[in-house]
Amino acid sequence: MTDEAVTINPEQGETAKSQENQLQFLSFSLGREEYGVDILRVQEIRSWEPVSRIPNVPSYEKGVVNLRGAIVPIIDLRERFQLGHSQYTALTVVVVLQVRIEERTRIMGVVVDSVSDVINIDRKNIQTAPDFGAKVSTQFITGLAAVGGRMVMLLDVDKLLSLDGVSDEYDSSNK
Amino acid sequence: MAIDMAQFHQVFFEESFEGLDAMESGLLNMDIGDVDAEDINTIFRAAHSIKGGSGTFGFTAVSDFTHVMETLLDEMRDGRRKVTQPAVDVLLGSVDCLRDMLQSIRDGGQVDQSVVSAHKLALDSELRNSANGANGSSALEPLPSVSPITPADDGAELEICGWSIAFSPHLNLLKTGNEPVRMLRELAGLGELTTTVDLQGVPSLYDLDPEECHLSWKLHVAGNISAAEIDEIFDWVEDDCDLAKQPIYKTEMPLQALQSEGTLSANDVNTSAAPVNKPTEENVAGAEIQPQDAKAPKKEEAKAAGKGSSSIRVDTGKIDTLINMVGELVITQSMLSLLGEHFEMNKLDQLKNGLSQLERHTRELQESVMNIRMLPISFVFSRFPRLAHDISTKLGKKIELKLVGENTEVDKTVVELLSDPLVHLVRNSLDHGIEMPEVRIAAGKPETGTVTLEAYHRGGNIVIEVSDDGKGLDKDKLRAKAIEKGLIDADAVLSEKQTYELIFMPGFSTAEKLTDISGRGVGMDVVRRNIQALGGDIEILSELGKGSTISIHLPLTLAILDGQSIAVGDETYILPLGSIIESLHVKEERINRVVGKGETFLLRGQYLPIIRIHEIFNVPGAKTTKLTEGLIVVVEGQGVRCGLFVDDLLGQQQVVIKSLEANYRRVEGISGATILGDGSVALILDIPGLVRLSSQ
Repeated sequence: MTDEAVTINPEQGETAKSQENQLQFLSFSLGREEYGVDILRVQEIRSWEPVSRIPNVPSYEKGVVNLRGAIVPIIDLRERFQLGHSQYTALTVVVVLQVRIEERTRIMGVVVDSVSDVINIDRKNIQTAPDFGAKVSTQFITGLAAVGGRMVMLLDVDKLLSLDGVSDEYDSSNK
Repeated sequence: MAIDMAQFHQVFFEESFEGLDAMESGLLNMDIGDVDAEDINTIFRAAHSIKGGSGTFGFTAVSDFTHVMETLLDEMRDGRRKVTQPAVDVLLGSVDCLRDMLQSIRDGGQVDQSVVSAHKLALDSELRNSANGANGSSALEPLPSVSPITPADDGAELEICGWSIAFSPHLNLLKTGNEPVRMLRELAGLGELTTTVDLQGVPSLYDLDPEECHLSWKLHVAGNISAAEIDEIFDWVEDDCDLAKQPIYKTEMPLQALQSEGTLSANDVNTSAAPVNKPTEENVAGAEIQPQDAKAPKKEEAKAAGKGSSSIRVDTGKIDTLINMVGELVITQSMLSLLGEHFEMNKLDQLKNGLSQLERHTRELQESVMNIRMLPISFVFSRFPRLAHDISTKLGKKIELKLVGENTEVDKTVVELLSDPLVHLVRNSLDHGIEMPEVRIAAGKPETGTVTLEAYHRGGNIVIEVSDDGKGLDKDKLRAKAIEKGLIDADAVLSEKQTYELIFMPGFSTAEKLTDISGRGVGMDVVRRNIQALGGDIEILSELGKGSTISIHLPLTLAILDGQSIAVGDETYILPLGSIIESLHVKEERINRVVGKGETFLLRGQYLPIIRIHEIFNVPGAKTTKLTEGLIVVVEGQGVRCGLFVDDLLGQQQVVIKSLEANYRRVEGISGATILGDGSVALILDIPGLVRLSSQ
């Protein structure tokens, strides 16, 4: 659709297009890989602090912390992506994200190795993630982008953090 | 009008609904035959203030309606009329109608005129009955004296060409600041006015008090004038005069009434005034059928908006305590800041003192703030006498409703969410539980069935019990029904408790015949779901032929909990203090194993299962795995007792309950989380959940 508009009205279309097609991502690293999340979903960036463990949940759900009175779960992305476990240090970073699940906004924190940069990516430079079949799950990767020769995997926050059973409360209230 | 009256509407509606509740309970408490004058007075006052308020705000339909009720009540109050059951029933019906009217006005909807006029008719005929009652022929049936209504219905098509008005002010009319001449002048403004003054009442000059009004008038206004226009003129003096108005129609209508106006009391006046109002109202209703449909969705919106801004009425005493406490808090705070300015070590004791004061005040303040949200459960209970009255009349049963512990206080949210489930339960008891009088007598029970509603505190919970001495639940029947509906297998083994719980399954109803009161099989499952949504639990006890008891356990408040911190390995958990029975060290010889695995211990002759928190929560760093070295906390939740094996007890404190689900999800065995003094998060244990977890 936009391409059509561009051909009809190249002059004005170019500027409008560049604004509307520029997306901003916060990039962070996990091991040697680099990931990006939509910057509008990032609420704040904090340093790691001890969590209260939640019993009987997957090990990548590290526990909950008190974020100014709200109880916020912390998810370890390295463990979520099965990239092995790393020691938490004072330099370990927690990115607090706003997640929209079933029309409700939830606040969740993800543990990453380090936050790199805010990057601008043109929409047309985003490639779809290749399908690796069952070998690698790519369902929460919206696309791949090349930034300065590095590959950044762009994450779909909502899909990534709809943990098993997060929407259970709706089911249980209907039981 | 310069002042925006709408800002007072909210208050008016609140007060009116309160007034209606007062009227309702007054009417229900009234002992027919031996009526307490004070009761009638209360009802009358409520009706009167609703009338006054609605008149002020221009809700004429309401004030007209209330006026008729008030007239009836006024006669009862003066002893001119006997209080009869039919009269009370008519009044009760009118209270309902009035409530509907007020609700639809508040929500911006349309009043169902046909219902209103039906009630008004009933009131009118009740009023007319009085005349007969006074003559000695106390006929219960409303006499076929509906006659004034019938010509009025025809009259709806007739054009009014004038009014005959009999206006006789009471002596004190002038003292209330009203001037008859002004009213006559306004009447003259409506149309050509002929007046005949009656000087008969005027005393001799010697006895005359210049501040008393002894004159009365017969007036005749010509022109097509609506009843409302006339009413408006006499609006302020309605209670201070006898007023009779009669329309004159263009076609020759027999004008029966007016000869007798000299003896007409205010009540009879209304009877003759009513038919005038009625057709006009009906015309209005007829004309607005079109817009009514269009407005329907709007009404819903208005309702939703109205729900959003809920308010709460607080006892001024509670607010005074609160203000006192804030005052003390400020004093403590200034003392502490003074101390901090020039602090030396020798003032350490003072500082400690101040801090402990601060702690006490904060706690007290917190308690009284929580208290503001607490309402007595009578807010819910008060509607049940009416329900019992209506249902027993309808079904021909004799039922006595007992309310116990109405002053038990519960959080406002709980009160609001509790009312629907309770209505359902009470209805079930009244409809299905209590048998017909013949059946009861045959079964050797008193003819009158008893339904008891009881509320009391137990631990950190409030318990509400609905019990009846009716026929009870039939276990075999329940079972057969469940099998028939495919809810359980034919060979399923169920305990007594499990059998009773079948009635909470969706789509389950044992009533052989559906009534409009209950028994559609939607309900008990909804009731249980609502109660569980509040964090509560529901239980049934029943004995065939003796009756059943349904008890609801609810947390007192949804926000704060008395907690006991416990240490388990490296972690701290909170146990609701109310669920703890005791804590103890067990001796080796009291520990037994069931089938080599499940551990139990003997406590005063009872074998209790032991749940090792370390194991079910996989807590690292447990101090000990030997039961004899740790501590056993005996807890009870939803009727289940067990011993929790923990490392140590830490301290007691009030904790603010935070939801885990808000950003995370439900976790089995955990009911919520809280933030400890050091800012870290501690999880609150859920005993029934723990029991479920350990049995997996």
